[in-house]
Amino acid sequence: MFTKQTVRFSPSELPTAIERIERALYDAVRGTLRRRGVVVGLSGGVDSSVVAALAARALGSDRVLGLYMNEVESSPETVRIARAVGDQLGIATVDEPVSQLLSAAGCYARRDEAIRSVVPRYGAGWRCKLVLPSLVETERLRVFSIVVRSPDGEVLSARMPAEAYLQVVAATNFKQRTRKMLEYYHADRLGYAVAGTPNLLEYDQGFFVKNGDGAADVKPIAHLYKTQVYQLAEWLELPEEVRTRPPTTDTYSLPQSQEEFYFSVPYDTLDACLYARDHGVTIAHAAEALGLAPDQVERVYRDIEAKRAAARYLHAPPITM
Amino acid sequence: MIDMASDLERVRQFVTSNFYIADGTELDDTTPLIEAGILDSTGVLELVTFIEDAFGIAVGDEELVPANFGSIHSLCAFIARRRG
Repeated sequence: MFTKQTVRFSPSELPTAIERIERALYDAVRGTLRRRGVVVGLSGGVDSSVVAALAARALGSDRVLGLYMNEVESSPETVRIARAVGDQLGIATVDEPVSQLLSAAGCYARRDEAIRSVVPRYGAGWRCKLVLPSLVETERLRVFSIVVRSPDGEVLSARMPAEAYLQVVAATNFKQRTRKMLEYYHADRLGYAVAGTPNLLEYDQGFFVKNGDGAADVKPIAHLYKTQVYQLAEWLELPEEVRTRPPTTDTYSLPQSQEEFYFSVPYDTLDACLYARDHGVTIAHAAEALGLAPDQVERVYRDIEAKRAAARYLHAPPITM
Repeated sequence: MIDMASDLERVRQFVTSNFYIADGTELDDTTPLIEAGILDSTGVLELVTFIEDAFGIAVGDEELVPANFGSIHSLCAFIARRRG
């Protein structure tokens, strides 16, 4: 019988699931990959915190390096929480702020140029984010708008032409790719592997940057629903803030939830819909169990398939001829 | 004078020349563009820009719905409605 709780681990399943990941992670890193440890970028979010904790348990805390890679647009909260995680786990950590690298690559300038093509007044002191319409509340197509806030607090929203939208995304992707470059610097320096931190939702639905946060040698939680990752965080006794904080992207300068940026529905609803969709639960049954209307579930199911289709390119390895 | 046949031809021409139509995919005027994998979210933005430029219509956010953008035929009906 499918309910919203179906994706959750039962109390007896949880330790077994954790033990299985730890064993697999040890075998992958030390055995298959022949690396001495792992590098994890610590963002203060629940995913990277859980991956670092699992790695510390699997390999030993002396074989995990955590990186703090904040930049000028990171929320100060994320850095503080990331440090709390690193401290609690007793792993080695390195500060690698990325603002200078990003500036040198033109990350901010290229993004701002694209935004100015839509909002000419956008400039120093302004903040921005991309948002999608709610999938549950409206039939509207999944088309991004840019939301900007002036230094005076004036908020403007505008739909972007494809060219400007793609430039904003392409420029912003420097953030994930620059961080990955630094993770591999340290991994190469230490003979470590790089641990990726996508959960099942992100992995399946393509919520990552190709050759950015999508690149890694091992992905220890890519088979876990976000709901389950939160359960692991609790079981692993990670700091309270990690366990209770809603998912954010921490990629744009205005606060932005993952929901408005990519998934369009709360993560626990999407977890449940993804499970239901993949386990043959009918739309009517899923709607009743989740307290949604059937047409809302149908839209979510359709969006899951559309994102999967878009994610094929992200997952595809180079194609040789 | 609104010429629906000419609108259809211009939209069809834009869709077939800008988006990849996989071998074996039947594209007629009622083919669901999104479900058939012809139009992704970036494609929708490109199509909106084309409609706005080519037909002199400002497309509102609330008009970005499958009923208007679902197929070549529904797009042309939308264009005709908007031009009154």
